[in-house]
Amino acid sequence: MIRRLSNFLYLRPTVFLVLMLALPVFWLGVVYFGSLVSLLINSFFYLDDFSGIIVRQFSLRSYSGLFTAANLDIFQRTASMAALVTLMCALLAFPLAYYMARVAGKRLKALLYLSVMLPLWSSYLVRVYSWKLILAKEGIISWLFKTLGMTWLLEGVLNIPVIGGPSLSISSIGIFVVFVYVWLPYMVLPIQAALERVPISLMEASGDLGAKPSQTFRKVTLPLVFPGVVAGSIFTFSLTLGDFIVPTVLGNSSFFIGQAVLSHQGTSGNIPLAAAMTTVPMLIMGIYLTVARKLGAFEAL
Amino acid sequence: MSNRRPSRILSLSTLMVVLFLNLPVWIIGLYAFTTDEAAFSFPLPGFTTRWFGVAFNRTDFWDAFGLSVRVASIATVLALILGTLAAAAVFRSKFFGREAVSFLMVLPIALPGIVTGIALRSAIGLMELPFSFWTIIVGHATFCVVVVYNNVIARFRRTSWSLVEASMDLGANGFQTFRYVILPQLSTALLAGGMLAFALSFDEVIVTTFTAGQQSTLPIWIFSQLTRPRDRPVTNVVALFVILLTAVPILLANRLTEAGEQDLGK
Amino acid sequence: MTGPIDPTIPAISFIDVRRYFDEVKAVDGVDLDIYDGEFFTLLGPSGSGKTTCLRMIAGFDRPTSGQIRLHGIDVSELPPYDRDVNTVFQDYALFPHMTVAENIAYGLMIRKTPRPERNQRVDEMLELVRLPGLGDRKPSQLSGGQRQRVALARALINRPRVLLLDEPLGALDLKLREQMQIELKNIQVQVGITFVYVTHDQEEALTMSDRLAVFNHGRIEQVGTPSEIYEAPGTSFVAGFVGVSNLVSGASALEITGKSGTFSIRPEKIQISDIHSAIPQGYYSTIGKVSEVVYLGMYTRYLVELEKGGELTVVQQNLNATSMDVLTKRGTMVRLLWDQTHVHVIRED
Repeated sequence: MIRRLSNFLYLRPTVFLVLMLALPVFWLGVVYFGSLVSLLINSFFYLDDFSGIIVRQFSLRSYSGLFTAANLDIFQRTASMAALVTLMCALLAFPLAYYMARVAGKRLKALLYLSVMLPLWSSYLVRVYSWKLILAKEGIISWLFKTLGMTWLLEGVLNIPVIGGPSLSISSIGIFVVFVYVWLPYMVLPIQAALERVPISLMEASGDLGAKPSQTFRKVTLPLVFPGVVAGSIFTFSLTLGDFIVPTVLGNSSFFIGQAVLSHQGTSGNIPLAAAMTTVPMLIMGIYLTVARKLGAFEAL
Repeated sequence: MSNRRPSRILSLSTLMVVLFLNLPVWIIGLYAFTTDEAAFSFPLPGFTTRWFGVAFNRTDFWDAFGLSVRVASIATVLALILGTLAAAAVFRSKFFGREAVSFLMVLPIALPGIVTGIALRSAIGLMELPFSFWTIIVGHATFCVVVVYNNVIARFRRTSWSLVEASMDLGANGFQTFRYVILPQLSTALLAGGMLAFALSFDEVIVTTFTAGQQSTLPIWIFSQLTRPRDRPVTNVVALFVILLTAVPILLANRLTEAGEQDLGK
Repeated sequence: MTGPIDPTIPAISFIDVRRYFDEVKAVDGVDLDIYDGEFFTLLGPSGSGKTTCLRMIAGFDRPTSGQIRLHGIDVSELPPYDRDVNTVFQDYALFPHMTVAENIAYGLMIRKTPRPERNQRVDEMLELVRLPGLGDRKPSQLSGGQRQRVALARALINRPRVLLLDEPLGALDLKLREQMQIELKNIQVQVGITFVYVTHDQEEALTMSDRLAVFNHGRIEQVGTPSEIYEAPGTSFVAGFVGVSNLVSGASALEITGKSGTFSIRPEKIQISDIHSAIPQGYYSTIGKVSEVVYLGMYTRYLVELEKGGELTVVQQNLNATSMDVLTKRGTMVRLLWDQTHVHVIRED
């Protein structure tokens, strides 16, 4: 019986294929993709303020609700944070990636790789929480400043409007540091992979033709590694855009996109507005991805 | 690999970055032993292990932990089945819509978590289903499938197909070939993918926030603890516990993918 | 599924077999009969369709049209595991997670042969391929030549009526390859089954085969014994692919033979001598200028340009000559002589 079934499937590869694909396609296609579509549909409904019920008629009211000063503020705040975090991550990731790709011997490289993997896969929440401890008013950082006699510097920074706050653990600087910390591994790996794909012979040829090491770096290595940087930036940017955990744990009342979405769909039940808001990071990422693809990031993934 | 002597700046900055990446997590370990009840003071006023006892007596912690384990287990099993099926289909056949399937497989990881979260929430709401254990599973299984899929398809690409032909040539039908040849080849990829999927699911908080009803998985529990100052030391203990718990599968999966490199077709 | 043991029914029959991949005509009308006990080679350049034909015999591929019969039975609907045919793959395809013994015993294991008999036959096979005692090793611990023999043992243990070999010696170095050619031939004679061998190496084909088929662009150009193919090539492709062909046509052909058309003569059949030498009875002759001399140790290869166009390659054993002697011939005029019976006509216009 099994034999007959096996023969049947062997001779009819299309039937076999359909059987194999049925379940996964159903799951991802219908369930997942379908819910994305339903989100889009939802964004064209609106919440009636008076009755508190969602009106299921096509309308652009939820979308127009995006253009309030408060909401635009939220978008701007989130986007700029995402950009800054990306830049910082790229800056920090590069030396480590370079060391791993070009300098480290086999064993050291494996160790370094693990040192990036371990934080990457450790609990995200716990990692965020660790900074809450470190940045706390009575925590390690302020103790450090105190022993160095530099408390005045810390206070000065905290007093700067916008980025400062009552304490490091409740400030934009704090949010920035934590974002960089949690997303850094996502930036290290693509850059390292891209560096390894640059054949050493290219750099040697450049030197052979008379370029100084810094010139070789600028004119040969950097352009070739750039797609890797862009690939990594896709993660850091996208992850920051949608995150609500870090701003909630380390922030004050000024919302990021993620928090706004969460609050709208939560207590007020304003799913249409939440859905409309979600399209913003999707749109931003859509544009980002098209630009990234042009810059060759997809081959670097 | 050009082993030129690295400049001081390079070595120093590399070291700083590595420390930056790894120290914070272990600092929690330190705080799990503090006697300080409400604050984060440094240096630690004293050392004690009593918070471990308090934490492990908390029923809400154990409930959350149990829920996380159950969700992760089922999501992983689902992911293993669906991910392998999809990987086999995409790898073997050139069919219409193959690109679409590959694209679908990237989406759950490519899109920000809140998008997946609120999409599922709005769909569930639209269909007027209750938010329950199973809605959490739906969310988790979706991105877990992607992880397994990537692992398995990478493994397929490194395996030579002539092994399958050889098995059939020697008299084994499709099912026997799967059991004796394909499955052993995939075993390390499945194990690694499964473990990573489990770790991902165990740690997931963003999508879960949207798809859970009243229940708390462990990350949700931790998140709620973060905003309740009274229980800080307990949170520290739980945090340390989670770190140690997730470190093990990561190290194992790392070993496995390396070992898998050895046993390749040829 | 095997047919009756009837020597008049070919072991393998191709009846107008075609295999098209969209635009590409990999196999374009092949008719062939291979008989029991033969060592039969499919010879041809890459892309000529020989490997596709082999795969269709094994069952990994199905003809677009036409029929393939194994011992008289049409096997179009039979999957590979139901055919009494086993294959030795080009990359050996040894199961990396099994030991050598487990690899060899795989077919028996599937067939649920009892363990004691299994072990005994595995040992017999290891003896046959001259790898005694290596049963517990893993494939990754073996050399290329050893893996190749394990692949052979794994296939032969099932006592198939036909063994297919897909360029099995391609990855081995020259010395090992020559040694394995002899061993494979001996094993085939010893075991007595039909071997169907695919290669692009014409020397290999001539060494090992009882009969061979020369493939080109999805078709068979000629089928015959090695000496038939070599001495009497049917087309200019066969003449050129198997051995070096000297093709002479046009004005040169007319001058030398008195007939128009194309003919071939093998380089070792041509004598080089002084311009003033006598021409024996029944010999063709012509004059030419030596444009190239290549000293190859055992023999020397000359390239001679003919007056009326074309050139001939001549190969001479270095019986008494040294490299100094032969290299001086470059640039000189020589007379070429060969027996008329060694000429093979390709095309008569």
